[in-house]
Amino acid sequence: MGLINIRRAINDALSEEMARDERVFIAGEDVGEQGGTFGLTKGLYDRFGKWRVKDTPLSEDAIAGLAVGAALGGYRPVIEIMFMDFITIAMDQICNQAAKSRYLYGGSVSLPLVVCTLCGTGLRAGGHHSQSLEAWFVHTPGLKVVMPSTPYDAKGLLKSAIRDDNPVIFMEDKSLLSLKGEVPEGEFLVPLGVADIKRKGDHVTVVATAKMVHQCLAAASKLSEEGIEAEVIDPRTLSPLDSDTILESVRKTNHLVIAHEAPKACGFGAEVAAVVAEEGLDFLDAPIKRVSGPPMPMPFGEIEDLLVPRAEDVISAVREVLE
Amino acid sequence: MKKKTNQTRLMNLYRNLVLSRRYEEKLIELFRDGKISGWIHSGLGQEATGVAVGECLRETDYLVPYFRSRSSLFAKGMDPKRLSAEIFGKITGCCKGRSGESHVAEAALGILGAGGLIGSPIPIGVGLAYTAFLKGEGQVVACHFGDGATSRGAFHESMNMAAVMNLPIVFVCENNQYTEWTPTSAQMNIEDISTRAEGYGMPGVSVDGNDPIAVLEAVEPAVDRARKGKGPSLIETKTYRIRGHFEGDPCRYRTEEEVKKWEKLDPLPRFQERLKEHKLLDDKKISQVEEQVREIIDEAFRFAMESPLPTREEIMHFVYA
Repeated sequence: MGLINIRRAINDALSEEMARDERVFIAGEDVGEQGGTFGLTKGLYDRFGKWRVKDTPLSEDAIAGLAVGAALGGYRPVIEIMFMDFITIAMDQICNQAAKSRYLYGGSVSLPLVVCTLCGTGLRAGGHHSQSLEAWFVHTPGLKVVMPSTPYDAKGLLKSAIRDDNPVIFMEDKSLLSLKGEVPEGEFLVPLGVADIKRKGDHVTVVATAKMVHQCLAAASKLSEEGIEAEVIDPRTLSPLDSDTILESVRKTNHLVIAHEAPKACGFGAEVAAVVAEEGLDFLDAPIKRVSGPPMPMPFGEIEDLLVPRAEDVISAVREVLE
Repeated sequence: MKKKTNQTRLMNLYRNLVLSRRYEEKLIELFRDGKISGWIHSGLGQEATGVAVGECLRETDYLVPYFRSRSSLFAKGMDPKRLSAEIFGKITGCCKGRSGESHVAEAALGILGAGGLIGSPIPIGVGLAYTAFLKGEGQVVACHFGDGATSRGAFHESMNMAAVMNLPIVFVCENNQYTEWTPTSAQMNIEDISTRAEGYGMPGVSVDGNDPIAVLEAVEPAVDRARKGKGPSLIETKTYRIRGHFEGDPCRYRTEEEVKKWEKLDPLPRFQERLKEHKLLDDKKISQVEEQVREIIDEAFRFAMESPLPTREEIMHFVYA
């Protein structure tokens, strides 16, 4: 066991998978010699060479197309889209080509590719460098969507994503890159599609993603002081969603709060709420409450701190559903 | 006609040209008669480029097809039965009846990347070329598209990326003078699309797209160049879309004179004449080829029509691996 941060966990996962399988390569803007804008590919260029850790032009559409073509050609590409906001340029290749080609080509091909992308607030970098766009991809059949919150999950899930035969969107919360956690030495995987209960509790289920997992854990500690025990669930993989773990928890707690930093309308929380409404309405003693980012573009600078949901917002929501 | 364009090759080009033409004619007829659902985008009159591109490729090479060019599919080895069944949405089709005419692929033949968005296959071609480079076995990608695709950002990003990475890919742009209903002259402020190559640092050439030999003589050196690790090229083949954008298009945007002018440049009779001049073809041989082609096409469409549709269960397969 060692204490490492998410940045290192991602780097280790990439390095181990590239050493394990020659078909794995990385491409993206500044991922090569410079080791990635966020340092996620540091050292890989020296170890694996410039063709397996490929610096590309500033061309998100072609970077994503490169991944689709390379996957069709029998490789297992990992591409980095530096900020998730930039993924809008690559939407066609990801949602029309990567997600649909296996189906439309009659199952004659598979598309084992991973799109790593830095998401969310944390840099106070404004409206085009702060979004968390997971809902768009959860809405697209053919894709898997992964959104880890700890170093252990980030490493184990990225390794599984690289070995998966489907296109996977792997979201990296940029505010969590320096977060440290226990990660065992040596080989381990975290399977896609399995949620993790980050804290056990009997009174309310709190489903949260990425940075909000930590805000919810902080909220749960405070609530515990007054005798309210929250069960915090991190789905880790948003598609496919482990709805069984969520429903099982709500069956026990009879209350549900969902937290994410993306805006509320048609967000990931809406899907979780809908699943519980469809399959577990009878479990609920109170309406479901969602905690989310505001429905507006993120402005630049310090003001960001006031707009990202925090532990206090989760506490208020929990109190409301338990009232 | 250069010496290396030997008799076998010329006859391959000719057979594929006849097959592609008669196939388009049959498709148009079947669509008109309501036998095919969805739509048909015919490449009638444009077949010369595709047959030449296919002729330049090895079995192990990749073809990223242009949706209007069934001639390139045939020249790369596509079985007309599997293609026809696909267009009819049957389970025996090359994509098990879910691609229709727009997303045709045949992975075993290296035919990959086609889709319903104009220009989107181009970056996929770059990805295939990247793997061809990594494998180091001399594979080449022929990435084939129409003039409309060159207005996409995907085209620009791909040309630039392929050039800067020196990838083994040949971009073949079939300029049929129209992007849907808008003339190419209103889509771009240049005469020759091939001049764009210079801006990416790769060679570019424009040729008569209604002459399979002219196309072959442009594509072949570009394929060799790519195979030798010397990087990508852009070839523009100038041709004309005799039919509308889709079957049923009233074509209000052009004159009959214009269509008639291009009909005189039809690649099939021109190539026939040329082969006759070189004593490679006579009326008897022409009838023989026509007869062979008719049999292939009849069998293909019979197979397509007799094949079953996918079941509701079968059509749900393969969303995920």
